Amino acid sequence: MCLSIPSQVTELHPNEDSVTVDTMGVKRKVSTHLIAEPLEIGDYVLLHVGFAMNKIDHKTAIENLALLKQMELANGC
Amino acid sequence: MNELKKRRVELSHGGGGVEMNNLIRKVFFKHFENDILVRDEDAARLQFDGPVAFTTDSFTVSPRHFNGGDLGKIAIAGTVNDLAMAGAIPQYLSCGFIIEEGLEFAELESLVQSMAAELAKSGAKIVCGDTKVVPKGAADGLFINTSGVGTCIAAPSWKRLEAGDAIIVSRDIGAHGACILASREGLELDTELQSDCDTLWPAVKALLDAGIDTKAMRDATRGGLAAVLNEWAEARELGIEVAEQALPIDPAVQGLCELFGFEPAELANEGTFVVAVAAEQAEQAVAILQQFQSTATVIGKVCNEYAGKVVQTSPWGSKRYMELPKGELLPRIC
Amino acid sequence: MAANGITLEQLYNGFRDPDTIKMLLAKIAQIAPQLPEPLRIMEVCGGHTHSIMKFGLHQLLPDNIDFVHGPGCPVCIMPKERIDQAIALAQQPDVILATLGDMIRVPGSDTSLAKLRAQGADIRALYDPLDALVLAQQNPDKTVVFFAIGFETTTPMSAVLVQQAEAMELDNLLLHVNHVLVPPAIDAVMAGGEATINAFIGPSHVSVITGAKIYQAAVDNYQTPLVVTGFEPVDILEGVLMLVQQAIAGEAKLEIQYRRSVSHDGNLKAQQLVADYFELADAFRWRGLGDIPASALRLKPQFNHRNAELKYAQILPTDPVDDHKACMCGEILKGIKTPQQCKVFGRGCTPQTPMGSCMVSSEGACHAHYKYAGVSL
Repeated sequence: MCLSIPSQVTELHPNEDSVTVDTMGVKRKVSTHLIAEPLEIGDYVLLHVGFAMNKIDHKTAIENLALLKQMELANGC
Repeated sequence: MNELKKRRVELSHGGGGVEMNNLIRKVFFKHFENDILVRDEDAARLQFDGPVAFTTDSFTVSPRHFNGGDLGKIAIAGTVNDLAMAGAIPQYLSCGFIIEEGLEFAELESLVQSMAAELAKSGAKIVCGDTKVVPKGAADGLFINTSGVGTCIAAPSWKRLEAGDAIIVSRDIGAHGACILASREGLELDTELQSDCDTLWPAVKALLDAGIDTKAMRDATRGGLAAVLNEWAEARELGIEVAEQALPIDPAVQGLCELFGFEPAELANEGTFVVAVAAEQAEQAVAILQQFQSTATVIGKVCNEYAGKVVQTSPWGSKRYMELPKGELLPRIC
Repeated sequence: MAANGITLEQLYNGFRDPDTIKMLLAKIAQIAPQLPEPLRIMEVCGGHTHSIMKFGLHQLLPDNIDFVHGPGCPVCIMPKERIDQAIALAQQPDVILATLGDMIRVPGSDTSLAKLRAQGADIRALYDPLDALVLAQQNPDKTVVFFAIGFETTTPMSAVLVQQAEAMELDNLLLHVNHVLVPPAIDAVMAGGEATINAFIGPSHVSVITGAKIYQAAVDNYQTPLVVTGFEPVDILEGVLMLVQQAIAGEAKLEIQYRRSVSHDGNLKAQQLVADYFELADAFRWRGLGDIPASALRLKPQFNHRNAELKYAQILPTDPVDDHKACMCGEILKGIKTPQQCKVFGRGCTPQTPMGSCMVSSEGACHAHYKYAGVSL
């Protein structure tokens, strides 16, 4: 259930409750009705049926990937 | 000319009288001119040596103009490519227009111009044609049918596929389907993505000229790469193994697929073909194709296992079927 | 644009990295022998079923770790009588029926929305629920009915649709609400005690909205570990590793692997919007699972004027329509049976002619097995 894709905010439209996001070269205006905090250009969001669902915590993503890489090194892979 | 540009096609333009003659001369003959066409006989007389390939296709696309092409370009490239895939020199084409009353002359002429430009890429000629104008609502703007004939200089066929043959695609896949989907009403997407719509004969000719034995060739139109490979595997009762990481996919095509849950291998192409060659010719064939499209590459091989099926392998060792596409492409929500 | 120290491409590819996947598989294989009993992990969400099958992860785990596919596909669990209701609505001359994606294909008792559309009914497959507003504006002499489907992920979008329709005073926009909930579905699976599920992968995007907190009761009640994971292969395998570690340690905890998007509390604004417009329905009949109390939402009474089930009550068929007797979807959804154990699987029941719910969408367990099960390693 619930296909949802990370995309990056490229334009703000504060008066329309929407932002333009880029999904690897495909751009679309999406609704920000579900987002409480203000979004900024460059933010990553998850996109579901035309809505931004949340702001992706990029720091956590970086930490997660770094930890996995450490595990790889420790495993000697 | 200016006066012509503002005007729209009326039912009288298909009536066989003065108006129709005007349309044929001022639009079609003007851009398609060649010795055979301007003879203006009931049928074109043609001369061939040896076996001939013959194909026909009807073209309708919405929208008629898209990033990287239009209906006119597709109508020529489609039929020329079918000949090329049969190992035939694209020589002579027929062309039938079914025009909905009210189509702007300017648009019709621009589509005819792009047909002429596309013909120039292969040297094929339009040698006969037909025009019908139908009342508003009886067609969606413009339908074009083209048929083509050409002398065969190679005989590719799925029947020649053998275990061990390399499977090559001529460029990154799914661009046309993705481009058309992006312009679909309701999706409201903005992308630089261009359709792959193109004439494939120059690339095919380069392969043949270099002595590549093109054992099987097919352009991956509707149903995409997945349809071609499945048809081959099923018809030949052999398996085809494709390495997922080898599939050339443009990031924007990937992005669109991620957004809506599509598979790039199921999206239509209009200027991408699949060719099977003996393994020892694969490297040379790819090098030749890369002169036309840098993304041409080997994606897999024919094998004795998985008879009738196409299997996709992942870099981490799992396998899955690449299915024959079915049904309408609807965005997945889940 | 490499904002914030990570590119969009890294956000995708990092969680699909072959080396990381191999490392996680190796780690799981290394400690799996310490498992006190075989681990039967239910992925509740159809999106996980799809990912597991697409990336072939089920083929690569040790023999004592199995995935069991759960009831989390909103298209699969839709009972036939409710699809028949959508069909009845679409047959009304003044109605434009709008719904999302692959709902169009799913057969009801006699026909599907796709077939009806081919016969001339005005049925629109929307990508964005807010497009229903535009439809209603453009067609003032018609009633637009939005056939709303989905779990907690998609409910807030319907709430915004109601909010906007109210603000715009669009009287010709109605909803037929089929929004269902994950926790009652987990209870339905666990209630009989036959399922022998001893670990859960929690849904990714339901949890983005609801937060992980909604699973705490299940973890406590059934003493079963649950890890909320993302949809990418690295996410799923890291989640499996966490479950294996819990099982070895004899623990039953609620954990979040998908921390970049899921918090304990979730998206509070979205939750408030849902609470503003929807309330718990007494029960919902799930295809394959039957009536589950308090497992779905309905519009609040003050929005009765937007409730298509009330306005069109006269013409909507309500008698329950069961799947074919031979169909084992109920047991399959509960993890008691596998698709291959069903007598009609792949014979009478195929993706082209589904007899049961698990075959209807690409996320259904039977559909996924039909597609992929033939590939041997």
